[in-house]
Amino acid sequence: MFVVAVIALFIAMVLVLIRLYWGPTLYDRVLAVNSFGTQTVLFIGVIGFLAGRPDFLDIALLYALINFVGTIVILKYFRYRAIGDVHQTPTEEETGK
Amino acid sequence: MVELLVDLTLFFMLVTTAIAITYSRHLFGVVMMAGVFSLLSAMLLVSLDAVDVAFTEAAVGAGISSVLMLSTLTLTARIEKPSTRSPLIPLLVVTATGAAIIYGTLDMPSFGDPNSPAQLGAAAQYLANSPADMHIPNVVTVVLASYRGFDTLGEAAVVFTAGVGVLLLLSGLRRRRRRGDTDEKETS
Repeated sequence: MFVVAVIALFIAMVLVLIRLYWGPTLYDRVLAVNSFGTQTVLFIGVIGFLAGRPDFLDIALLYALINFVGTIVILKYFRYRAIGDVHQTPTEEETGK
Repeated sequence: MVELLVDLTLFFMLVTTAIAITYSRHLFGVVMMAGVFSLLSAMLLVSLDAVDVAFTEAAVGAGISSVLMLSTLTLTARIEKPSTRSPLIPLLVVTATGAAIIYGTLDMPSFGDPNSPAQLGAAAQYLANSPADMHIPNVVTVVLASYRGFDTLGEAAVVFTAGVGVLLLLSGLRRRRRRGDTDEKETS
């Protein structure tokens, strides 16, 4: 049963990778990376059960955290064109130039 | 058998991602693909039972590296310039290096071999003595933080220096460019 789950996961990964390679817009690629991170979490869970040692489930949770933070960073880059302290320097509208 | 097929599929996706990275000229897409490349290698390492290495790879490759490359993209252009040189010589160098590395792995012990030198030498001693010596239950932590403590301290110093250097470079460049922008506006 877990073999079928792994095969289905690989098919989903290939579909996401196609969207990542040929994605016409940037948002397709961001969504592809986010989905691929989710699939990484699923893969680590499934591979633990496939090998008969489901001890790695809590590690899969850590991957979910990394994936979340990474997506936030990418979207912040889209919104502000900067990642560090975006509020430190006022924009042109704020200074009234 | 199933694990071999899983590894082969992951390697196939890894190679296609690498080829896509070399062909892409759009640097934002390259950053995204590099993140996926790192996630794929983390999956391979999990499949090879190196869970801690896999987590480091995912945290550094998909997390910190993406952040650093994106903040570099805010300072530079977003489209890669096409190279004017012929790619033949780099291809030759890379092929020769890869062949040398594969030749070097030929006489390595096979994966999980109990008679490999790494299992016969100091590892058994660490496993036997470290709980009594250090009173820490995790052997990896004992080796990294106690037996090889100075080595780990050196590594931490190197990583800290590199991080400070990158941060200084990024913030200094941004400040200089912003000052240049205001100068131009004042003169015009």
